Amino acid sequence: MEKAFLCGEGITLHFGGVTALQDVSFAVERGILQTIIGPNGAGKTSLFNVITGLYRMDAGDIHLDGRRISHFPPHAVARVGIVRTFQNLELFANMTALENVLTGGHLLTRYGALDWCLRSRRFRREEGELRAKAEAALAFVGLSAQQDVPAGNLPFGSARLLEIARALCAEPKILLLDEPAAGLNLRETAVLGDIIRRIVERGITAVMVEHDMDLVMRISDHVLVLNYGEVIATGTPAEVQRNPAVVAAYLGEE
Amino acid sequence: MGGWPVGGRHLGVAAFAAGLALLPLALPNEYYLTVLIVAGFQAILTLGLNLLMGYAGQVSLGHAAFYGISAYTTGILTARFHWPVPAGIAAGIALVLLVAAGIAVPTLRLKGHYLAMGTLGFGIIVYIILNEATDLTGGPSGLTGIPKLKLAGIAISSDRDFYYVVWGVVLLLFLLAQNLVRSRLGRALRAIHTSETAAAVLGVDTQRYKIGVFILSALYAAVAGALYAHYVTFVSPGSFGFHASVQFVTMVVLGGMGSLWGAVAGAVFLTALPEVLRAIEDYDILLYGGLLILCMMFLPGGLAEGAERLVRAVRLLAAGRPPAASERTR
Repeated sequence: MEKAFLCGEGITLHFGGVTALQDVSFAVERGILQTIIGPNGAGKTSLFNVITGLYRMDAGDIHLDGRRISHFPPHAVARVGIVRTFQNLELFANMTALENVLTGGHLLTRYGALDWCLRSRRFRREEGELRAKAEAALAFVGLSAQQDVPAGNLPFGSARLLEIARALCAEPKILLLDEPAAGLNLRETAVLGDIIRRIVERGITAVMVEHDMDLVMRISDHVLVLNYGEVIATGTPAEVQRNPAVVAAYLGEE
Repeated sequence: MGGWPVGGRHLGVAAFAAGLALLPLALPNEYYLTVLIVAGFQAILTLGLNLLMGYAGQVSLGHAAFYGISAYTTGILTARFHWPVPAGIAAGIALVLLVAAGIAVPTLRLKGHYLAMGTLGFGIIVYIILNEATDLTGGPSGLTGIPKLKLAGIAISSDRDFYYVVWGVVLLLFLLAQNLVRSRLGRALRAIHTSETAAAVLGVDTQRYKIGVFILSALYAAVAGALYAHYVTFVSPGSFGFHASVQFVTMVVLGGMGSLWGAVAGAVFLTALPEVLRAIEDYDILLYGGLLILCMMFLPGGLAEGAERLVRAVRLLAAGRPPAASERTR
């Protein structure tokens, strides 16, 4: 059987006696926005941490584009094209917005030790190209005017967008967004929704963990519902909304 | 530090080089030259340590040991076994690189303050060896008879010649560090400083980078140690103990974490300060400590940040406006 673009099979993760993820399987088709929802503690961020190699799963397998990437360390996961943002911002506060985004493009330059030692033609060309990409990523999220502001001084909403720009500069195949709307107001959330849709339209497959149901229902192509570390439903936003198990998980059973 | 001040970069370094070249002509006597030469050794080591601490955020309390291993290795090989000086220096540097790699691989796997603890222990062990391996090192009374520096058959005998060699090396290693921090490697190191997790998920092999910068900073210490041995021609364990390691850390912090100019400034300032204070005997230690406390209270970003603020204030004054309150208090 043909595997989906990104797929996980039987992912299980324990912390001591606590089961964070129990036999979770998912499949993300190429070019869509798939959202993972579920009550707090359902294992959504844990799943992201497993995919990006920050947690080591106890059982299961992950494939990207047919290639097995289970147990890859974080930097190797980035190398195959999966980049993420963080629920609690993990910006480089001591660096400017532009430098943050340039760091996102860490894997894009290939120059060697001699090149940076001597600032060779190749070094200058690749750094110049990277800078153009970084500026484009900042412009894409609307932060061009803030490029020289230290990331630690940015207002919260801009900091969220900067994380997205930094991840985009890595030119990922898959972008994982961990609660991108958390802490944003209505207007900022609307802007964010548009940005995420435009990212998907550019051909980047996106997986998002999000609590804001209006946003989820408005922009997702596909929704996966986790509860207590297990998948309880999957389908289009409309299908999931009607699913009795989902309603029960969110509202409590009679 | 933001932006890419291409013009400013060359201008600053060129002015620095010109100043260094002309400085000996302006000095009243040879004694000042000696102080500057010693400051040069410290500047080399501090530049490397700043890459490790100021950029990558990894604390080492044992860098004086690398300084010592290099000085002793070339000292012993040239004085006792009559190796040519360049061969002794090469052997000293090679040994330091080997030892640094051996220390880095296990300690940098750990997180938090384990590196500081590990390097502290390492420094103490080296200090004990230098004291106890009397047959080889001469023990507490030191090792004498190390030949003067000789490069390509030319003996560097006068202080003035040595001054140019040392500060030439400082300049070279400064440029190397500057090119490093302005590449993707420098960005990766600074990223590791604030969020190792974020750096890793963006593709930075954090383990490799931390090991790499540790070994590079040890290389800087090794170069400084080799020059030291062949200048002073005598080495004793006292120069390479815990106190020296702390002194180097102080130079990095006082100069300014994450500023290469700050590293040089911190090294020169803290080398020259005791010499200046020597005029007021008895109280010099008190004053030295007091000045350090004042610096840290009013210049938390180090001398580099202080200079930056001064330049900004002067520019504002020149523009006819008093410095804004926020400029002064920040």
